Amino acid sequence: MTEVTADPVDQDPRLLRRLLRAKDRMDAASHEAWPVTRLAHVSGVSAAHFARSFKHAFGVPPHRYLLTRRIERATALLRDTDLSITEIAFQTGWGSLGTFGRTFRDITSENPGEIRLRARAAAHELGRVPGCIVSAAQRPGLTMAVSEKRRREEDDQNPSPHNKEMS
Amino acid sequence: MSQGVDVVGVYVQNQDEALAFYVEKLGFRVHTDVGSGDYRWLTVQHPEQPSFQLGLFTPGPPVLDAATAQAMRAMVAKGAMPPLVLTVDDCRATYERLRTQGVEFTQEPVDRYGTVDAGFRDPSGNGWKMIQARR
Repeated sequence: MTEVTADPVDQDPRLLRRLLRAKDRMDAASHEAWPVTRLAHVSGVSAAHFARSFKHAFGVPPHRYLLTRRIERATALLRDTDLSITEIAFQTGWGSLGTFGRTFRDITSENPGEIRLRARAAAHELGRVPGCIVSAAQRPGLTMAVSEKRRREEDDQNPSPHNKEMS
Repeated sequence: MSQGVDVVGVYVQNQDEALAFYVEKLGFRVHTDVGSGDYRWLTVQHPEQPSFQLGLFTPGPPVLDAATAQAMRAMVAKGAMPPLVLTVDDCRATYERLRTQGVEFTQEPVDRYGTVDAGFRDPSGNGWKMIQARR
């Protein structure tokens, strides 16, 4: 079965603007739960349409985008506050410290404690850029979901034609 | 001032909609609004900043071909254009005033780095940071 993949620039700007609204809402409250149904409601489209359109528009599925924002925010809190790592994990939306630490390491290749030391050492160099922009610029590049990485590792061991990309 | 930056433009989806937003909601003034055919040169100005104009332009012919214009419209609607920064005396008071007028805020006022900042978007998707001037 082939999926019709629209070029992102071919998407209707009015739809993109509504998708952006959902993305903005995740940005504003990344610690909250954002199931696709909630995001789709913000954008005024069906859940299936939302998930597909968001990925086409922004290059990552909505849940993965949310993870990058949570890690970004956790990194900022590690850098700018003296909150404990446990407090930061819960404030940024994780249900357990273990999940936070594991996801953090998978995405950044560092432990939260290591990031804290390094970010503080570098912080003074960015004093002249508006803070909100610095925060966005330091967003981690999450090219692959943690779950997807694990799934692909499993797929490599058990090749299945269902997951092969058509080219 | 005889030298310096005079106009910086942003792309908008619809100039009438943008004009209503920047003038009626943000309180800018129209500086120039002229055009012929499909082309319209529209700039607005902050009332306290007479030396600078913000251009509100639509991507399209004759400046851009249709495909490029469509790509630009998509970029604007996705919020992919560069950040814009508005300096205000009182971020929280301005936030309250603009919010009641229906401005779409992306971030409530937050105290940080010794000042207060908030974020909003224009109807097209251009993102503004609103930062309280340091005193």
